[in-house]
Amino acid sequence: MGLVDFFKKIEPDKKKSPILHTFFDAVYTFALVPDSTTGPKGTQIKDGMDLKRLMVHVVIAMQLCYLFGTYNIGHQHFTAAGQYMGFIEGFHLKLAHGLILMLPIFIVTHVVGLGIEIIFAAKKGHAVEEGFLVSGALIPLIMPPDIPLWILAVAVAFAVILGKEAFGGTGMNIWNIALLARVFVFFAYPTTISGDTVWVSGFDGLAEGTAATYGWAHNLSNTLFGWMGLDGFNAASTVVVDGYTGATPLALAYQGGWEGATAVYSPSQMWWGTIPGSIGESSKPLILLGALFLLVTKIASWRIMLSMLIGGIVGALVLNAWGATPFMEVPWYYQFFMGSFFFAMAFMATDPVTAASTNTGKWWYGFLIGFIGMIIRVINPAYPEGWMLAILFMNTFAPLIDHYVLQSNISKRLKRA
Amino acid sequence: MKPLHSSFKITVALLFSSQLSFAAADSSPNYLLYSLIGAGIIALIYAILSLADNMMQIEAKNLGADTSENDYSLFPSFSSLFKPSAGDHVDPKRLVSLNQGHDIKLVGGADVEHTIANTAKHYAIKPTNFRGMAPIPKISAAVGDHVKAGDALMFDKSNPEVIYAAPVSGEVIEIKRGAKRAITEVIIKADSEVTFKENTVPNLESAPREDLVKFLLETGGWAHLNQRPFDVVPSHEVTPKNIFVSTFATGPNAPDLNSIVKGSEAAFQKGLDALGKLTDGQVYLGLDGRKGHTSHPAFTGAKGVVANYFSGKHPAGNVGIQIHHTAPINTGDVVWTLRVEDVIILGRLFMTGAYDTRTRIALTGAEVNNGYVDTFLGASVKELIGPNLKNDHVRVISGDVLSGNPLSADGYLNQKTNQITVLAEGDKHELFGWLLPLKPRPSVSPTFPTYLMSNHKFEVDTNTHGEKRAFVVTGAYEKVLPMDIYPQHLMKAILANDFENMEGLGILELSEEDLALCEFICASKAPLQSILRDGLDTMRDQM
Repeated sequence: MGLVDFFKKIEPDKKKSPILHTFFDAVYTFALVPDSTTGPKGTQIKDGMDLKRLMVHVVIAMQLCYLFGTYNIGHQHFTAAGQYMGFIEGFHLKLAHGLILMLPIFIVTHVVGLGIEIIFAAKKGHAVEEGFLVSGALIPLIMPPDIPLWILAVAVAFAVILGKEAFGGTGMNIWNIALLARVFVFFAYPTTISGDTVWVSGFDGLAEGTAATYGWAHNLSNTLFGWMGLDGFNAASTVVVDGYTGATPLALAYQGGWEGATAVYSPSQMWWGTIPGSIGESSKPLILLGALFLLVTKIASWRIMLSMLIGGIVGALVLNAWGATPFMEVPWYYQFFMGSFFFAMAFMATDPVTAASTNTGKWWYGFLIGFIGMIIRVINPAYPEGWMLAILFMNTFAPLIDHYVLQSNISKRLKRA
Repeated sequence: MKPLHSSFKITVALLFSSQLSFAAADSSPNYLLYSLIGAGIIALIYAILSLADNMMQIEAKNLGADTSENDYSLFPSFSSLFKPSAGDHVDPKRLVSLNQGHDIKLVGGADVEHTIANTAKHYAIKPTNFRGMAPIPKISAAVGDHVKAGDALMFDKSNPEVIYAAPVSGEVIEIKRGAKRAITEVIIKADSEVTFKENTVPNLESAPREDLVKFLLETGGWAHLNQRPFDVVPSHEVTPKNIFVSTFATGPNAPDLNSIVKGSEAAFQKGLDALGKLTDGQVYLGLDGRKGHTSHPAFTGAKGVVANYFSGKHPAGNVGIQIHHTAPINTGDVVWTLRVEDVIILGRLFMTGAYDTRTRIALTGAEVNNGYVDTFLGASVKELIGPNLKNDHVRVISGDVLSGNPLSADGYLNQKTNQITVLAEGDKHELFGWLLPLKPRPSVSPTFPTYLMSNHKFEVDTNTHGEKRAFVVTGAYEKVLPMDIYPQHLMKAILANDFENMEGLGILELSEEDLALCEFICASKAPLQSILRDGLDTMRDQM
């Protein structure tokens, strides 16, 4: 096989340059499944499933969110300026603007995250593990589009080093890596990830009349669009329109309940996701398609998804019954139109490493995330959305839940004797 | 008719209530209403279908055409959906239905009708086959000696009462040693006509237990007993709580035990009678309760035993699973397990006094001519399969692909095996094989399209399809292990040397073969069987 020979030829020396060799090994095993065979002990054949295949299927499940999220960055940008109000109007401009913001976020996440993974793998003398395939795909989707890249880099480094490598690498971490990156930004640089103005990109604040700020990439696109005879970006005419705030439905609902939210966004907009928000979490149907993909391929736990849904519904019903604030009175089913419940349910809570690992434990784990997250969302004014904190909180308690499930198994065995 | 009524009522109720409560909300599209209408339509279609289905079933019953075999319903019944179906021959009161498991379907199954002549001339006894033995057993025969079948070849220094007997008569030609001078094989060149050492048989009816034990120890029959926990040759000083025999095998291309007992029915019953005298408890027989399978009358009609049917996918035929669902092993318990072949060998001992190790081996796997060979224990693999091999670059496994051991080209069959599997070696690279495999491969994952073809037979090789990683996936092992055990947590307890949790989480109930399927499906390619063995060994040292 020619490709094998090629790889053998360019293989760097393992002793002289361990980091380079680890990088080589990652690329090599990515391209070619190694020729290793089963050993003298244990099963003589192995299932075709490995972690690479597993992780990449999670990434595939997110692809619709990526497509929509990228486009929606552009859509929100022009909506703020009152231009191209139809979803597919100005398609090329919205896509170009989305890509201009999305690609650097994606690249920085992966360069920083994978770079740290490779250095640690080289130091520990093992292969690069696949965990960051999923974390790296998730992180861009849960960031605001305008996030400064250096903050993103610091957040990713924090999550990977302190959240994962400090605990021993993939499979050993206690907290969800992607959420850890987000929570880092949330507490260290709160102004970049909370408030109304951060969800719409391309403006310095959303005060009325603020003109868009475009960079070299926009100018380059303009040149390209000019050759093709299409409209280009025009900073002078793209100004924030009168009365536009960029507030998310959740922020509106916190003030004025469901009426407050629907005064700005229709339920249809909220459901389909043409609203401001983190890049990948807004479109509910596309996330649900991804969730369905994960369920059909049996990669994610249906127990966690279902119990989290039940927990969210129960939480919302309890708050409905309480009804002390307008937000509490939002009908329970409309709670799922706003915010990122489904994204958290499909991609965050189901992370097998940080979730409860016993089947009984998964029911408790999912239910409590749904219930606690809803309470944080509705009651606590400091946090506009609850899932990130609820999941990290339950990540912490997952081992405890498992402990009790295992203890019941152990005591059952003891009683039998 | 129940589903019809209830679903219809719910539909109607939902439609009305939603219209009432949302009639006023007309400013925005009402998604709840739409989804309820959608659900209502689906429920209505279901109601019509189930009505038609019910009528069809009633008509079929009236005509006498509807039996449990040809189910006239459009929908599968709940029990057939969630329980593996059991055959008609099964007594439901004695049936254990196991829901977890997975059948690995491979090409190269042996056909009972197809027998292959025994071409093996050399046989060996391997100390490594008997776990718990000191590494250098005392050899009681010298190179050049002529031995009869049943003559002592060696004994364990730590347990000198147990002798290990020659499987055939012939000349001892070599005593092979491995690392640290441990003896690996004692090789006998077989006579053309096997002669047996003569033993006086105690009367099963009247002899006390000690006499039977003594007889087994002296004739070599004792080495055919297996003790759980730990899978070791049992101590003769301990009386087992119960004895378990599984009469069917569910592993990949497993041999048909019905064909193995055929012709040895009397010996099998005699063996069971003897076992009955050796325990204070019961002799439990696990019978095949799967649909489309039957058990030989020697199994179903066995006397003096308690028989239970088991239905389900692999590992339903594993004796460890059957023990777990009949009389689980608790701390301090000792039970014996025997293979059908071992019961037959014991039965022959008690019938004629001869240590007659004739046994049936299935040649399976894609790289060998498949069929059954009647041979003796410990046959030379080269001589046995040599003319039947299809390919050179192969792996020869004594046992099945899940818990068998690979053999070297000049190796000898393991004592406790009734199957040889020959596979192609998988030492090939595959471009993006983890994402887009070119060749179908067995998997429990629905990410492979072959998941939908439940009867596809796979051609496998020994490639690992990925590299070893830390545990990531949870809840996967539990789907293929029909036991109330948390395998992953048990593995972690073993790796952490946490004795209390190892015992509490059920390590004493497990043997390698029970975890083999978990190891096969593991996406992290963790060596579960080796980890389990390490744990069992440390537990045994503690006891």
